[in-house]
Amino acid sequence: MRTFFIPLIVLGLFTASLTKAQTKVTGLVTDLKGHPLHGVGITLLGTYDGTITDSTGQFAFVTLEKGDKIVEAKIMGYTIKQEKVVLGTASNALINLHFELREEVSELKAVSVTAGSFAAGDKKRAATVLSALDMYTTGGANADVTASIKTLPGAQQVGEQEGLFVRGGEGYETKQYIDGMVVNNPYYASSPGIAARGRFAPSLFRGNVFSTGGYSAIYGQALSSVLLLESVDLPEKSEVSASITSVFLGAGTQQLTKNKKASYGFNYGYTNLTPYFALLSQKPDYFMVPQFQTADANFRVKTKSGGMIKYYSTFGTNQLGIRNADIDSLNLKDAFQLKNINWYNNITWRENLGKGWKLNAGFSFAINNDKIHQQLQDANNHSVVIGMPILDAKSFQLNNQQSYTQFRAVFEKKLTGLNVIRMGTDYWYNHQNLRYNNYTSIINNHYNAYFAEADVHVTNGLAAKIGGRAEYASLIQRWNIAPRLALALKTGKHAQMSAAYGIFYQTPENNYFIQYSAKLPQLNYMKATHYLVNYIKTTLLQTFRIEAYYKQYQQLVKTIPDTSTNGYGFAKGIELFWRDKKTFKNFDYWISYSYLNTERNYLNYPQTLQPGYTTPHTFNLVTKKFITSLKTGFNFTYTFATGRPYYNIQSVNTPPKYVLADEGKTPAYHNLGFSLNYLPNLGKPHAKTYVVWVVSVTNLLNNTQTFGYNYSANGMNKVAIHPPIKQFFFIGCFLSWGVDRSQDAINNNL
Amino acid sequence: MKKIFILFVSMMVLKANAQNGKYETAMASTLQEFGQAKDANSLAVVELKFERIANVEKDKWQPYYYAALIKAQLSFMQAGNPDALADEAAELANKAVAIQNNSELSCVKSMIATAKMLVDPQNRWMQYNAESNHYLEMAKQQDSTNPRPYTIQANNMINTPEQLGGGCKTALPLAQKALALYVEFKPANAFNPVWGKEMVEQIINKCR
Repeated sequence: MRTFFIPLIVLGLFTASLTKAQTKVTGLVTDLKGHPLHGVGITLLGTYDGTITDSTGQFAFVTLEKGDKIVEAKIMGYTIKQEKVVLGTASNALINLHFELREEVSELKAVSVTAGSFAAGDKKRAATVLSALDMYTTGGANADVTASIKTLPGAQQVGEQEGLFVRGGEGYETKQYIDGMVVNNPYYASSPGIAARGRFAPSLFRGNVFSTGGYSAIYGQALSSVLLLESVDLPEKSEVSASITSVFLGAGTQQLTKNKKASYGFNYGYTNLTPYFALLSQKPDYFMVPQFQTADANFRVKTKSGGMIKYYSTFGTNQLGIRNADIDSLNLKDAFQLKNINWYNNITWRENLGKGWKLNAGFSFAINNDKIHQQLQDANNHSVVIGMPILDAKSFQLNNQQSYTQFRAVFEKKLTGLNVIRMGTDYWYNHQNLRYNNYTSIINNHYNAYFAEADVHVTNGLAAKIGGRAEYASLIQRWNIAPRLALALKTGKHAQMSAAYGIFYQTPENNYFIQYSAKLPQLNYMKATHYLVNYIKTTLLQTFRIEAYYKQYQQLVKTIPDTSTNGYGFAKGIELFWRDKKTFKNFDYWISYSYLNTERNYLNYPQTLQPGYTTPHTFNLVTKKFITSLKTGFNFTYTFATGRPYYNIQSVNTPPKYVLADEGKTPAYHNLGFSLNYLPNLGKPHAKTYVVWVVSVTNLLNNTQTFGYNYSANGMNKVAIHPPIKQFFFIGCFLSWGVDRSQDAINNNL
Repeated sequence: MKKIFILFVSMMVLKANAQNGKYETAMASTLQEFGQAKDANSLAVVELKFERIANVEKDKWQPYYYAALIKAQLSFMQAGNPDALADEAAELANKAVAIQNNSELSCVKSMIATAKMLVDPQNRWMQYNAESNHYLEMAKQQDSTNPRPYTIQANNMINTPEQLGGGCKTALPLAQKALALYVEFKPANAFNPVWGKEMVEQIINKCR
C-alpha cells in the first residue's frame, strides 16, 4: 500500500506546485486492426493545443485549459474521431486516450474494377494507359485511334480489313461508343483488302477505355470488346488551326465563350492521294484516286447545375476506284469503285439531379450510304461480259443505305462511400435498304435494352461490380438476359487482382437476315461467356498487367447447310503489358504480348478451325523519346505476329457440302513504324503560331506483309493479300493560333 | 521541374516581438518553427499547429495561409499522396480566401495548381498550368507591389529547360523584378508572408 501511495503524493505535489492546473494528455491512435497510425493530428478543439502522433502511434501534449473539452484525432483517409475530456482537475492531471480510426473508402485508395480493361484519361487516377497525346506520338499509327489501340494486348494485327479483332473475335464483335452512344460506322469505307482509318481524331477525346472482355452491363451488343471514348468537355482556350500535309489539307476553329460556359467549333478536311501516288514508282492501279472530304461541328454548353450538353456532328464523303487482277482468269481485271456518304450526330446531356442522382442521356442519329460498283474489265480496261456466271457475277451494283437512331438514358445514384447504382435503358433503331443489282432487301431492327448495375465497395481493398442486362431485338423476336460480375481485391500498396464473368449477346450482322432462299433465317443472338482474371501493379510512371481469360462462343452464325446460329467456338489466352516512363530519363516505352488459342466452327467452316484473322503470338514494342535540345520527338513501334492460318473452303456438289480444299500458314508479320514530331516554336514564350511538323513512315524495314490468300473458284490460283501500299510516307505541318500547345510536349520532359 | 518548390521555405523574418497576446505568441513561435523545419515530418507538425490556430481564430487568414502553403509544399515533396495533399491545401486556401481574398492567397493557389499538375503532367498540364498562371496574374493584379508572384514565376522558369522557354533568360528578369519589389515591400501585418527574397537572390546569383 505504501508503495502505491508514493507516486500519487509526488504527483499531487507536482501539480499543486503549479500556478495553473496543467493536464498532460497522452494516448495511442490505431486503425481498427490495432496497427498504429503515424502523423495523426491531435487537437484539443477550440484551443491551440494539440500534437501529432509519432511512428508508434503515440502522442502526448500538455495543456493549461480547463473544463469540458473535446480531443479530436484526424488524418486523411480515416473517419475523424473525438473523445470528451475534463481538464484542469487535480485528480485528472494525466489523461490517456485510445483512438481507433476507421479507414474511409476513398476514390484514391479504393480498388477499381479493372478486369478486362485499359483505361486512360481519368483525371483522378494518374495511371494512364493510352492518352490522346500517346495516340499522336505512336510511331506508325498515323494518329489513328484503332492503330494505336492495336499496340495494346488483346488486339490482332489484322491489316486487310478495319476493326479491332479482339481475343479471337471478329472485327464486328468490337463496338465503339462515344459518350455512351454506339457508333456503327467508326471507319471510313474502303475496298476489300484494305483497312481504313477511323473517322474520329484522338484529340476529340479526353479519355478512353479499351475493354477486351468482361465489361459493364451498361454496354451491350458487342461479343468480344468495347472501345469507350469520352469526348472532351470545353476546350481550354479559343484557337484556329490549319494543316498542310502530303495527303490532306484542313482548317478549323474552336471557340470558347468569354464566360467559359460554352464552346463551339467546326473543321473541314480534304484528302486526296493523287500527289502522293504521283511520286511513287510502284502504285496500285487506282482509276479513282482515294479522296475524302470531312466536315464536323460541335457545340457544348455547361448547364446551371454543373451538367453539360454536348452536340457533335460529322459529315464525310469518300470515294475510290481500284483495279485488281481478276483471280479466276488470266487477263481480266476487277474494277472496284466505291462512294460513301456518312453523317453522324451525337447529342448527350449529363446532369446532376440532386440528392446524389445523376442523369446521362443521349440521342444519336447516323446515316451511311455505300455505293459500290464493280466491273469485270479486259486488259484495256473495257467492260466485258464473258458468258460464264462465275466471272460475270463480278460485275455488280450495290447500293447500301443504312440509318441508325439511338436513345439512351442512364440514371446514377450515389450511395454512401463510393457505392453507386446505375440503371438505364437503350433503344436503337436500324433501317437498311440494300439494293444488289435489281434485288432489294429491307431490314428494320428495333432493339431495346434495360440494364442495372451496382458498384459495391466493401472496403478500400475489396470492390464488386454486379450488373445485368436484358435485351430484345425485333429481328430475333426474343429476349436475352446477360448477367455481369466483376470483383477487385487489393493485394498490395499499388497492386490489385480482379476477376470478371459475364454473358454477352450480339445480334448477327444484318446480311445474315437477308432472305436468300424461300426460308427466312431463324437466327438467335450470338453468345459469348467471358471468364477472366488479372493482376495489375501500377505506380505513377509504371504499369504492369497480366491477364488470363477463357471465352466460350455459342450460337455463332453458320452459313451452311442453311443460315443458322448453330456455330460455336472458344478462345483462351494470356496477355502481358508493361509500360515504363521511369527507368530511362525522357524515354517512355511499353511492351505488350498476347497469347491466343482459339478455334471456331462458324460461317462455312466444314469443321472447327483457327480463324484466319487470328494468330497465337503477338508482340509490340512502342518507344517514345523526346530530345529537348532538338525540340523533336522520335517514336518507334515494332510489331511482330506469328503467321495466320488460311483456308480454301470449297463447295462440292455431290453430296452438297463444303470441304477444306487447301490450308496453310502465312509468314510471320513484322512492322516497324516510325514517326517524328518537330516543334520549332517550342519554348518561344511569345510565339503566336504554334507549329508541329510530323514525319511518319510505316513499315520502315520494307517487310513483306501477308495477311492471307485469296483463291480462285477452282482453287488453282492462290493470290497473297498484301497491303496495297507496302510503305506509307507522310509529312505534314500542323499550325494553330491561340493556344500554345507546345506545352503539351513539355510535359513529356517534366 | 519537380524540384521546383522544395526550397521555398527560406528565412521567415519575424517582426513579432512587440506583441505578446496569445495569438501573437503562438504565431511567432510557430513561424519560427516553420523557419527551422527541415523535413516532411517537422513540416507536418508545424502545419497542424497553424491549422489549430486557424480553427480558433476564425477572422485571421494568415494561419490558414501558412497551413495551405505547407500542405502544398508537402505535396511537392511527395510526403504522402501528392494529389490528396494538394486537395487539402486547396481546402485550407479556400477557407483563408473566405476570410480575405488577397494577393498572397492567389500565390498559394497558383502553387497548389502546380502541385496538382505535377502529379500527372502529361495529362494535367493543359488544365492546371492555365490555372496556375491565372492565379499568378490575379496575384499581380490584387497587389502590384507583391514580389511573390514574380518569385514563383522566376522559380518556375529556372526549373524549366531553356529549350522549352525556361532557364536564366526568362527567369532572370522576373527575379530582378521581384528583388526590386522586395526592397520596397512592407508587410501590412506582422504575420503576413515575407518569404522569397533569398530565393530570387539565388536565382540572380546563378544567372549572372
